[in-house]
Amino acid sequence: MSFHPLMEYDPGRFHHSERKIADEGAPFVFTPERRAKLDEILTEYPPERKRSAVLAALYLVQEQEGYLTANGMRHVAGILDLTPAEVEDVATYYVMFFKEKVGKYVLQVCRTLSCALNGAERVTESLSEKLGIKVGETDPSGMFTLLEFECLGACDRAPVVMVNNEHWHEHATPESCSKLIDDIKAKGEAALSGCHLKVEK
Amino acid sequence: MDPVLTRYVREPNGHTLDFFLQHQGYEGLKKALAMKPGDVIEMVKASGLRGRGGAGFPTGLKWQFVLKDTPLPKYIACNADESEPGTFKDHVLMERNPHLVFEGCLIGCWAIGAKVAYIYIRGEFYHVQKVLEAELAKAYDKGYVGKNILGTGFDCDIVIHRGAGAYEAGEETALIESFEGKRAQPRIKPPFPAVSGIYNCPTAVNNVETLCNVPGIVLNGVEWYTSLGPDKNFGPKLYCVSGHVKKPGVYEATMKTTLRELIFDYAGGVRDGHRLKAVIPGGSSVPMLLPDQLDIPASFDDVAKAGSMLGSAAIIVMDETTCMVWVAKNLMYFYRHESCGKCTPCREGGDWLYKILTRLENGEGSMRDIDLIASVAGNIAGKTLCPFGDAAAAPALTTVKNFRSEFEDHVREGRCTVPSDWRGWRVAAGAH
Ligand SMILES: Cc1cc2nc3c(=O)[nH]c(=O)nc-3n(C[C@H](O)[C@H](O)[C@H](O)COP(=O)(O)O)c2cc1C
Ligand code: FES
Repeated sequence: MSFHPLMEYDPGRFHHSERKIADEGAPFVFTPERRAKLDEILTEYPPERKRSAVLAALYLVQEQEGYLTANGMRHVAGILDLTPAEVEDVATYYVMFFKEKVGKYVLQVCRTLSCALNGAERVTESLSEKLGIKVGETDPSGMFTLLEFECLGACDRAPVVMVNNEHWHEHATPESCSKLIDDIKAKGEAALSGCHLKVEK
Repeated sequence: MDPVLTRYVREPNGHTLDFFLQHQGYEGLKKALAMKPGDVIEMVKASGLRGRGGAGFPTGLKWQFVLKDTPLPKYIACNADESEPGTFKDHVLMERNPHLVFEGCLIGCWAIGAKVAYIYIRGEFYHVQKVLEAELAKAYDKGYVGKNILGTGFDCDIVIHRGAGAYEAGEETALIESFEGKRAQPRIKPPFPAVSGIYNCPTAVNNVETLCNVPGIVLNGVEWYTSLGPDKNFGPKLYCVSGHVKKPGVYEATMKTTLRELIFDYAGGVRDGHRLKAVIPGGSSVPMLLPDQLDIPASFDDVAKAGSMLGSAAIIVMDETTCMVWVAKNLMYFYRHESCGKCTPCREGGDWLYKILTRLENGEGSMRDIDLIASVAGNIAGKTLCPFGDAAAAPALTTVKNFRSEFEDHVREGRCTVPSDWRGWRVAAGAH
């Protein structure tokens, strides 16, 4: 079949979509605490507007599973009276949701102009070398994923590296990031606490 | 000028309710609640306060446009998405002066007759959100937010809503879509949010910094406010200076201050031994200015007269080590990545522009490509539902306009000819 007499039908060239089918993952229900948290969040919106809580619900799935599984999204759809497709539609739009399995520590280097002008490319390159992975990959041990990110809104502290969507490391250099990796390997989560700059007096 | 909005941001406990109350906190709210809502709007109108989110639209007018005779609930949506590259002012306000944000939201709600203010905060600001939540709980506790505020019978809630990483969610109608639990894609205007916003109810979308200006206006009066800054550009303004400067940071000044003063006096000027090459005055979406264009007040009107925009007042400074073809490519990557995909010119054109710029930067482009940029970008700007399209076209158009010879050098030499001491080692060694 062809759409045009002069055009050969070539599934390799046309009908090409980069979309991946969501990973099924393990069977999913929220833990009672997370379910209670979601129910509390739902009270902040009019009862007939449950959909407003979809981002919050997806964050909770990600917190529980590490990334968004098809089972997790279906569970959310059930709670919010949406179709699974509606939930996936939203989930795939936002960059803070991981659509496939990621490492325990996701390192996100800001690559936008102000960070780049202050050496973000070198930070990314050195992290990539140290971990032996390219941007977008997870190391074989499943410990680290390296990603690039767009402006985090802290350009005065450029370059910025965000870890696991919430911990920020500012004024990053190849040296400080190398140390960060070593610290995470040695101390785990503890290496991340308190990294956000306190306001100087 | 003494800082107004950021006066106490360096105090260790400056963000707490106790500290805020000791420094005239919630006094503006008290005064506003003793006034008629219509009078509050008139006051904000008279102050000439213009929106700090990017467009500089008069806030009082926006509030006046909010539909009055309607059985529907009304909302304030506080735009805390702050994702315009180069901008980090709302970050400081929310983290270090959260109660001022709440006070602004509450006065806004009183003025337009809303009972809820939703603060839409970008997902990456989780550490800021925690500060906001902790302080909001205290404000509820002490009766500044919630039922029967300060015994006046006024009920108003504030809800913090976390986004999940999308630049387009900062555009007001896309913010509303995102808030409703959908993809952050813009709506067709009209109807404007003031008529049909959140849940199709009248909504005022205001930037964080805009709302932070309101308590001061109510408390200190229109005369005080209009004494700060040049005509039609009144009040304190936060400037975010970043890039190749010695002291990047948020600086509060009036809009009389010139761009040159902000870059050289406030932010310490470019790095030693380097020369200024170009400045983006209002976030990555606005046209660049050259070093000889900086002796103008950093006000909405003066920057517009110079052919650019004050936008979010994010001043990105670049010195002579910066390759302008690379700048265009770096920013085009951003816009291509962040395009919401709703309008074809922006979705497809952004990708084309990125490919053309990559080719040029790698030294594989042709002279024809340089004109092609103008043609493609010209077909994006002004042809999309929201101003994202103009923003996406700006970096390519302004670099070609101001630095055409640099593009031609890339084509002629087949490589980048601008030496830099901060580009990646690997990209510098390879086809840079
Ligand atoms: C692509 C795009 C992104 C925007 N991002 C933001 C943003 O991050 N923060 C913001 O306050 N306004 C942003 N705006 C401007 C808003 O649409 C809107 O004008 C503003 O929130 C209105 O508030 P104001 O009148 O207080 O400035 C953006 C606009 C566009 C077109
Ligand atoms: S450019 Fe990296 S935080 Fe803004």
